[in-house]
Amino acid sequence: MRKKTLLWLSAGIIVLLLFPTFLPRFYVYLASIILLYGLLATSLNLVLGYGGIFQFHHCVFYGVGAYGTTLMLTKTGLPAVFAFFAGPLVSAAFGLIMGIICIRLSKLYFGMLQISLGSLVWAIVYRWYSFTGGDDGIHGIPIPEMLSSPNSAYYYTLTVTIVCLFVMRKIINSPFGSALQGIRDNPVRSEMIGINVRRHQLLALVVAGFFAGVAGSLFVVVDNTVFPDMLFWTLSLEIFIMCLLGGWFTFLGPMLGAAIIIALRTFVSTYTVYWALVLGIIMMLVIFFLPNGILGYVEEKFKKGFIEPEIKE
Amino acid sequence: MDFIYSIIPAGVLSQVFVGLSRTTILFIVASGLSLILGVLRIPNVAHGSLYMIGAFTAFTVTKIFGSGSAGFWMALIIAPLVVAFISLIAERGMFQFLYEREHLMLLLLTFAFSLVFGDLVKLVWGGEYKSVPVPHIFQGFVPLFGGLPFPLYNLFLLVAGPVVAILLWLLTNKTKIGKIARAAAVDREMVGAVGINVSWVFATVFVIGCYLAGLGGVLVAPTVSVTLGMDHNLIIEAFLIVIMGGLGNIWGALLGALIFGLTQSMGILIWPQFGIIFPYLAVVIVLLFRPTGLLKSTW
Repeated sequence: MRKKTLLWLSAGIIVLLLFPTFLPRFYVYLASIILLYGLLATSLNLVLGYGGIFQFHHCVFYGVGAYGTTLMLTKTGLPAVFAFFAGPLVSAAFGLIMGIICIRLSKLYFGMLQISLGSLVWAIVYRWYSFTGGDDGIHGIPIPEMLSSPNSAYYYTLTVTIVCLFVMRKIINSPFGSALQGIRDNPVRSEMIGINVRRHQLLALVVAGFFAGVAGSLFVVVDNTVFPDMLFWTLSLEIFIMCLLGGWFTFLGPMLGAAIIIALRTFVSTYTVYWALVLGIIMMLVIFFLPNGILGYVEEKFKKGFIEPEIKE
Repeated sequence: MDFIYSIIPAGVLSQVFVGLSRTTILFIVASGLSLILGVLRIPNVAHGSLYMIGAFTAFTVTKIFGSGSAGFWMALIIAPLVVAFISLIAERGMFQFLYEREHLMLLLLTFAFSLVFGDLVKLVWGGEYKSVPVPHIFQGFVPLFGGLPFPLYNLFLLVAGPVVAILLWLLTNKTKIGKIARAAAVDREMVGAVGINVSWVFATVFVIGCYLAGLGGVLVAPTVSVTLGMDHNLIIEAFLIVIMGGLGNIWGALLGALIFGLTQSMGILIWPQFGIIFPYLAVVIVLLFRPTGLLKSTW
């Protein structure tokens, strides 16, 4: 890492650390939500942007992670630490199962089978009143005293998010990450040079599932609730927009996209109920004028980093 | 007929017919989606919203023309045309510029449209439940299989489904535009090279597909309460039907809709609490064994 980047990074982290000292309570909560959605969007970008896998229903992993954590906390007497690890691990296992079932299909079929599996999970969660709380969800989840105040929840979210982003960055820059990007750009050639395409994609799904599950468990800490909408497909598309707006092929793009979308939603919702309309129009503008997203545009403009050429199927 | 009645309980039989009338709606919407997917390769998420717009427009039209039969027939003519017109504007205004780009962008654009349409419906019609009256001539019940009462309107739906299927088959297989469209689905450049304006072929197919979504919306309106959010579940169901049947295959869409409609209605009968999972389960099972759908895909 270059010295300048390091400087900017530490400055950013210090500002983030100081947030709760000067921001009102509500904004601290909002910042936590932004961080965990950013983590979720980054994990989607790991498979979709870098891996080229049509991950249409990513929020299932998020929801499974959140429900996994919640059910561990409410139904078992185990210490909370186990629950926070159990959620993401359940998501990762779910990613493995989904991968084994879906990975042999190509692009659109993959995405569609994933949506049907995801809808299946959603329907079960939505109706299993005795176990998951059904369409009401579960409220007032008992989380450890240490994390129950907004500030401590924020610090916890911040720490976990930074650690996860760091690990994901390492994964993308590792030989595994390079192989994944190679598969995205040209699966046939990758196969020819001896990369096991399916195994790499499967692993990518497991990794992305894990980090999406972490985001889910963070939501449990920040909001103390879970509800079936966390698994509904419209949320998946919202996460798509976050990646699109921030920039697919940039590492921090999804984080930026999440921040903009969530901040806008909060801001717009206070004035009008027509948030979806605003979001739709923003999306159209981005698709037509900023196809590489904001960070992609910035990188292109200033040639500071390197942006990959226009995406090919 | 008494023989059938003696081995299958009346409840099951009536549920089968409920499922079949649901199948009609699902098929009409899904066939439009299948057409757009097969030819233009657009996973049109806004399809559900167009279905919703069709239903709401039907409400307005029947309001204007009165709740008699005339209102319904006018709705059946006008509402799908309104939807088709909206889709024409969307296609010429936006989609046509993105065909060269990757599918993900088209998918996201259709999602943007579904968000915009959803809120526009809220803006125009408000958030309350609307109900469209069953037209006079289809009110009442007919006795089926030894006195089982079955709504006349659902019987009308059972006829409408196959009619649309046959018309659509004739359109895609027997007419020139259908043949051009199928050729364009396979090799776009070649069709362009022989001097056919592919851009307008695509526009036509898109508008016909969206017309079907609107038609589905009008037909479903008298049987359900017309409400915001009726698009969300339907669009996923329609997608799964198309995938299950084989992309771009009209008969596949019919078969998929049949499986979906019947598992839905039977599921509710067998296990009320988890009835809604059966159609999804059916899709997963089908795709596990036939990953590219039941029938041959045009892709």
